Amino acid sequence: MDLSKIFRVAVLAATAATASVGAQAADITGAGATFPFPIYSKWADAYKTETSNGLNYQSIGSGAGIKQIQAKTVTFGASDAPLTSEQLAKDGLAQWPMVMGAIVMVVNLEGMKSNELVLDGKTLGDIYLGNIKTWNDAAIKKLNPSLNLPSAAITVVRRSDGSGTSFNFTDYLAKVNGDWKSKVGVGQAVEWPVGVGAKGNEGVAGNVSQTKNSIGYVEYAYAKQNNLTYAAMINAAGKTVKPSIAAFQAAASNADWANAPGFYQILTNQPGEASWPITAATFILMYKQPVDKDASNEALKFFAWAYEKGGKMAEELDYIPMPASVVKLVKDTWSKDIQTK
Amino acid sequence: MTDMAVPGVVDAAKPFDRARALAAFRLGDQTFYWVTRICALTVLFILGGIILSLIIGAWPAMQAFGLEFLVTRRWAPQVSPSPVLGALGPIYGTLVTSFIAMLIAVPVGIGIAIFLTELCPPVLRRPVGIAIELLAGIPSIIYGMWGFFVLAPFMTNHVQPVMIGLFEGVPVLGTIFGGPPSYLSLFNAALVLAIMILPFITAISRDVFTTVPPMLKESAYGLGCTTWEVVNNVVIPFTRVGVIGGIMLALGRALGETMAVTFIIGNSFQINGSIFAPGTTISAAIASEFAEASGLHQSALILLGLLLFVLTFIVLASARIMLARLERKAGN
Repeated sequence: MDLSKIFRVAVLAATAATASVGAQAADITGAGATFPFPIYSKWADAYKTETSNGLNYQSIGSGAGIKQIQAKTVTFGASDAPLTSEQLAKDGLAQWPMVMGAIVMVVNLEGMKSNELVLDGKTLGDIYLGNIKTWNDAAIKKLNPSLNLPSAAITVVRRSDGSGTSFNFTDYLAKVNGDWKSKVGVGQAVEWPVGVGAKGNEGVAGNVSQTKNSIGYVEYAYAKQNNLTYAAMINAAGKTVKPSIAAFQAAASNADWANAPGFYQILTNQPGEASWPITAATFILMYKQPVDKDASNEALKFFAWAYEKGGKMAEELDYIPMPASVVKLVKDTWSKDIQTK
Repeated sequence: MTDMAVPGVVDAAKPFDRARALAAFRLGDQTFYWVTRICALTVLFILGGIILSLIIGAWPAMQAFGLEFLVTRRWAPQVSPSPVLGALGPIYGTLVTSFIAMLIAVPVGIGIAIFLTELCPPVLRRPVGIAIELLAGIPSIIYGMWGFFVLAPFMTNHVQPVMIGLFEGVPVLGTIFGGPPSYLSLFNAALVLAIMILPFITAISRDVFTTVPPMLKESAYGLGCTTWEVVNNVVIPFTRVGVIGGIMLALGRALGETMAVTFIIGNSFQINGSIFAPGTTISAAIASEFAEASGLHQSALILLGLLLFVLTFIVLASARIMLARLERKAGN
């Protein structure tokens, strides 16, 4: 009789303890890509007001995010460079796309307005290879016959940290510039032939806004938030496109998520007359067998909420929400792969 | 005198109690001795542990690259099949920025110290001295921000173009001061470093200048020497070792400075002859890449750290030796 009473008290106490721990551990922790940071922080803010559960997302770069999830210091990692299904299997990770966005070229040229400057992939690659050194180079002039370009040297700004934005950008350059493909290649951190390195999308945005005659690549939201001048691009169909949600959506609509194992999809240089050439999805990484299941479930709740209610907020920041069909695929993956109990 | 005025105490102090009290004192002394000794040894132990863990962490990179690590210019962590990593870029950047910083900070720092000890009106001496010391207390990130937002634009728009124009076409100098101007460059980083290490040089120089016996200086003045002659022929020769020690301490700081430099150096591993080109230093490379590095890449960064450790250790040790020599001299 006494024993069972003690047992009951113990169970009660334990339940209370877990419950209170669960309530305290409401802050979901994640780390990774800087590319989706504006939308993640917006979602987190709205989620907090709605459910009083917070999200602590550190935008430390995709490379560091992958490392953090592998070290199990965070509940989820975020990367714009998808892991291949072999890499996922090796670490026991599940991966899914959260939102799509676009990389735009930002420049700091006196008197230049957004969309005035036109660039194509080949020229862009040559600028980042250091083959084109000044703004009045024949190749740039040819694309912009009506612009009065300065003779100043181009300051190339790129990422210094491991970055999914860099991964998508170099992937694009490798697709459109043969020299880039053979000399530099694709990666989160490549051997940059020229330029200055800055940390994070915000670092590149800051450097370009500071440095005259510079060029850099950032996620569109950073260009808008920092009032940077962005360039129009010539896409795979040979058409000049301006960055806009319609152009990003046109590129994103080509993605075939259903037939991509581990949702491995790279959206650069997509066909279509209206497609923006450097579009990218950003991914979430979580363990299939999480150590802390409560935290993992909380994170999944947040992601489900973001899919359901975050679409409008994403569009406000010119991100492209995942289509409903993809969300369904993602949710299938959750229930199939991720242990919740 | 034989009997104490307080009988109770005398009665209590029997030989037995006395021995016990003394033993208690000895125990206290012993404990204190060991506690302090362990504290001191802990520092040595931690230092040894840091060196050891650096060596262990750097071992894979040492094996993979060997001595070639020091002379390889490429830094390609994601090249297949295996990364090609070389320390020449960071070492070059570290040495160049520190050299330029010393070139600027040493004359200015010693000049301030001479002014403060020999020429400054007493009213100004304290405020200027304190201002210099406060410079040493400013967190390096503040220097980095100031360098990025204020100094770098100014230098790039007004100073660098002039220098580039001045040396254009001159062999060697034309390369060293070659264009284009850049916000993020070795030169701008070196300037910020110079300002950061200035207080070290000034503070130590000032302290050692005050160790010059007044009699020596008075005698020199008595012989009709000018202030410059006194400084050049009496003060500096007398304190040379101490001043060099101070300079070495400053050099140690310049070599290892991370945050301010990472802000404005440009984080580029390319070696370009020009000081206006972006570059990187050992500490900046570690700071910007360590978070996402793994495997051989991480090991190479740790090896870079070990190199920096050895480099600064040599510099600081020689500074200590020189300062110790000065103290011995002053003692005589």
